[in-house]
Amino acid sequence: MELELRGITKAFPGVLANDNVSLTAHSGQVLALIGENGAGKSTLMNILSGIYRPDSGEIIIDGVDQKFHDPGAAIKAGIGMVHQHFMLVDVFTVAENVVLGIEPTIAGSILNTKEADKEVREISEKYGLAVDPKAKIENLPVGIQQRVEIIKVLLRGAKVLVFDEPTAVLTPQEVIEFFGIVAELKSRGATIIFITHKLKEAIAIADHITVLRAGKVVGHADPKTATQEELASMMVGRDIDLTVKKTPAKPGESVLTMESVTMTDDLGRDLLDNINLEVRAGEIVGIAGIQGNGQTELVEAITGLLPLAKGTIKLKNLDITSSNPRQIHKDGVAHIPEDRNHMGMIGSFTIAENLVLDSYYAKPYSKGIQMQRAAIDETARELVAAYDVRPPHIENNGGALSGGNAQKMIVAREFSRDVPLVVCAQPTRGIDVGSIEYIHEQIVKKRDEGIAILVVSTELDEIFALSDRILVMFDGKIVASLIASETNPTEVGLYMAGQNA
Amino acid sequence: MSDRSAEFEQTPVESYLSKEVKSNVLSKSKVRRAKIIGIVMLFLAAVVMFVLAPASQGVATFGLSFSDEKFQLSALAIPSTAALYVLAMVLAFLGGTQFLKGFQRKSTLILGISFVVFVISIMIWATAGQEFSLISMLVSTIARTAPIALGALSGILCERSGVVNIGIEGMLLGGAFTGVVMGSLLGGWVGLIAATITGGILALLLAWLSINYRVDQIIIGVVINLLVLGLTSFLTAQVLVKRPEWNDAPIFPAIKIPLLGDIPIIGPMFFDQTVIVYAMFGLVALTTFMLFRSRWGLRTRSVGENPKAADSLGISVAKTRYLAVIYGGMVGGFAGAWFTLGTVGRFDEGMTGGAGFIGLAAMIFGGWNPIGALGAALIFGFSDSLSQKLALINTAIPTEFLAMTPYLVTIVVVAGLVGRARPPAADGVPWEKK
Repeated sequence: MELELRGITKAFPGVLANDNVSLTAHSGQVLALIGENGAGKSTLMNILSGIYRPDSGEIIIDGVDQKFHDPGAAIKAGIGMVHQHFMLVDVFTVAENVVLGIEPTIAGSILNTKEADKEVREISEKYGLAVDPKAKIENLPVGIQQRVEIIKVLLRGAKVLVFDEPTAVLTPQEVIEFFGIVAELKSRGATIIFITHKLKEAIAIADHITVLRAGKVVGHADPKTATQEELASMMVGRDIDLTVKKTPAKPGESVLTMESVTMTDDLGRDLLDNINLEVRAGEIVGIAGIQGNGQTELVEAITGLLPLAKGTIKLKNLDITSSNPRQIHKDGVAHIPEDRNHMGMIGSFTIAENLVLDSYYAKPYSKGIQMQRAAIDETARELVAAYDVRPPHIENNGGALSGGNAQKMIVAREFSRDVPLVVCAQPTRGIDVGSIEYIHEQIVKKRDEGIAILVVSTELDEIFALSDRILVMFDGKIVASLIASETNPTEVGLYMAGQNA
Repeated sequence: MSDRSAEFEQTPVESYLSKEVKSNVLSKSKVRRAKIIGIVMLFLAAVVMFVLAPASQGVATFGLSFSDEKFQLSALAIPSTAALYVLAMVLAFLGGTQFLKGFQRKSTLILGISFVVFVISIMIWATAGQEFSLISMLVSTIARTAPIALGALSGILCERSGVVNIGIEGMLLGGAFTGVVMGSLLGGWVGLIAATITGGILALLLAWLSINYRVDQIIIGVVINLLVLGLTSFLTAQVLVKRPEWNDAPIFPAIKIPLLGDIPIIGPMFFDQTVIVYAMFGLVALTTFMLFRSRWGLRTRSVGENPKAADSLGISVAKTRYLAVIYGGMVGGFAGAWFTLGTVGRFDEGMTGGAGFIGLAAMIFGGWNPIGALGAALIFGFSDSLSQKLALINTAIPTEFLAMTPYLVTIVVVAGLVGRARPPAADGVPWEKK
């Protein structure tokens, strides 16, 4: 099926979200739509899936002009959306989720569970999307949940599949599996639109790339020849340097020392298994590893959020093994948590309040039981300006910020303190290229000021961009300790997969 | 096909079901919980052994049949002191085992059994040297369960669709009032229908304010409760007092089902009740089937769990919620008729006495499942009935204390056992379409 958008324009009060956008997607091909957060990708997809109606412009499918008044009409026309945040009922089975709204019934009202299971099986066998129709969604990993979403749209006869940031929530292996699924769908003649801001993935999977910026199509690229730098520059509208510029590290004294650190869960299984590591002043140590191999526990051990079974953790000469989180924080550990929205900030608090979330109780932000609004606001204004948080309205709620700006706000709070150690967990997960570049620069700048930095990331690119030394975690252990300049992603990848050990 | 099915087996589904695996092994917190349960049971044993047993004398006689029944069971005569010592030993054994070794996954069941044993002990102690009609207590247990179970059902229907209904009490009271007035004027069946409609109208108010205007659902519930309490009290004082003939409705008689009604104990309990009690069992069964087996149920639950997902598949969230809430309200109004048309035939101010809130507790305790809620309602119905019947015989427990029992049981149940119940994910969350 051939899909063409012609001159789509959509304005919201004060914003021209889509400005005369035209693009074409062909059957059996993947069109990658890339752009920064706020470039108008989501608006365009909401128009395509019938949630918004365009002010002007046409949606043409196989030469026929279509008007979508509601999501149902778009589904009927063969357009299937796979949303970034899955639209699944957690307590339902796979089959119940898939058939919801088009349930096979007996006597017009009783659910025909067998038929529903069969429908799911048919689609999953046809497209190689292995999934158990009777499994409950809440027990399935994210990658399988995504398959359920795909089966959902396929069962509704979708010929055009729109994936909104499909890899944002997937682990690296799941991404590889997902690419396999896309290839299979492609070979069966599906038209695929892949919305992303991960340039590498766009290059890897797409047949065409269309770049959006500020609501306009600013260019097209051929993934065979385009480089990430070119695409990033098109997206942002200025030259972007994806390689972080840094000079060789000049490591000083040891700041963080962990000795035979072991952590166990309720059942006595090892979450961290005899971890020994050292981070020195003025160096960046990157922890590579696939999600769930103990990185979260490592960070929470250092920051005092989880207790150890044995081992010691020292900050310079101070033993912080059994200190509480606030004490560790005061002793000089800054922490950018991996889960921005749940641990890094309080969405319903203002930006100003979020910026003093770690120090509101101390002078000058508090006097006795009273908070000092003026002092808080003054600091907040300075930080918002210094760290380029946009929009810079400190009285707005933190939750209203985009991912990248929320992360900059957290970085501002953590980096503005004078501390010897910074622990950054997934510092750029799910944020736009401009913000990634900015945060990476800030991290390197901190290093050059002589701060010890521990970066935990599941993105190998990020590990290589930042690290002076790389430690690889697998199954709660550190399985490799490498000098960044003397290794390569393939070697690290093998350690991450538990081989080579 | 064969290699595909092999692939299904390879999908890493099982490996993610670690929750199941975990519950087989005792964690530290579970060990502590098991110990606490053991201590509670040993405490109950001590109460029976050292407080109840020494204080009871003579034979406790429990009547098992009404005098007009076809097949008579002879009364159960229990030597109270000896029986209490035996029961104390049973409790001590269970408690000791639980404390030392633990019954692991059966802990909760064993705790339940211990409570039953303890309640039996209380009954033997209270009845010692007297006669107690066990059968009439059991029959009234079922009758008193009806409004609680129906109230819970009303709540389940609303909350499964994502609308919190704490106005059940008001719906019961409203149903009781219009039921008696219409019943007095036009007969019991008209009264029953009027009660049902009253509940439906109150639910319409809840649906309209919560769905169209996204008013806080808790506040609407409180408003419904206060509105109905005020309105019915006013009308009782101003109208019913002057026209007592409007407050004198026929009572639905108990209908004995042939053959089944003659079975000893079971017969009078389940097959010789009023139409409202039969309807309660019918509605529980029907609603369970509808919620979990029908298209309507799947859609209703989807709207209560993830309205966004339902909406993206073309299901109207507002319409689905309206239907479920109105159906729930009608069940609540119908339940209200029990208080007047099912028992005394007249209305008194605030006569529902918190049954709607106890129904709410039954709903939670029953895990938002009609069958579970019925089970919970039986516990409340039993404690209600027991306290009423014990008050009739001359026991050492003050009647005021007995009257507290149902509410006390509610608190214990809600505080102690409910922790793990999981409400529908979007329960109480207003839905706003972008």
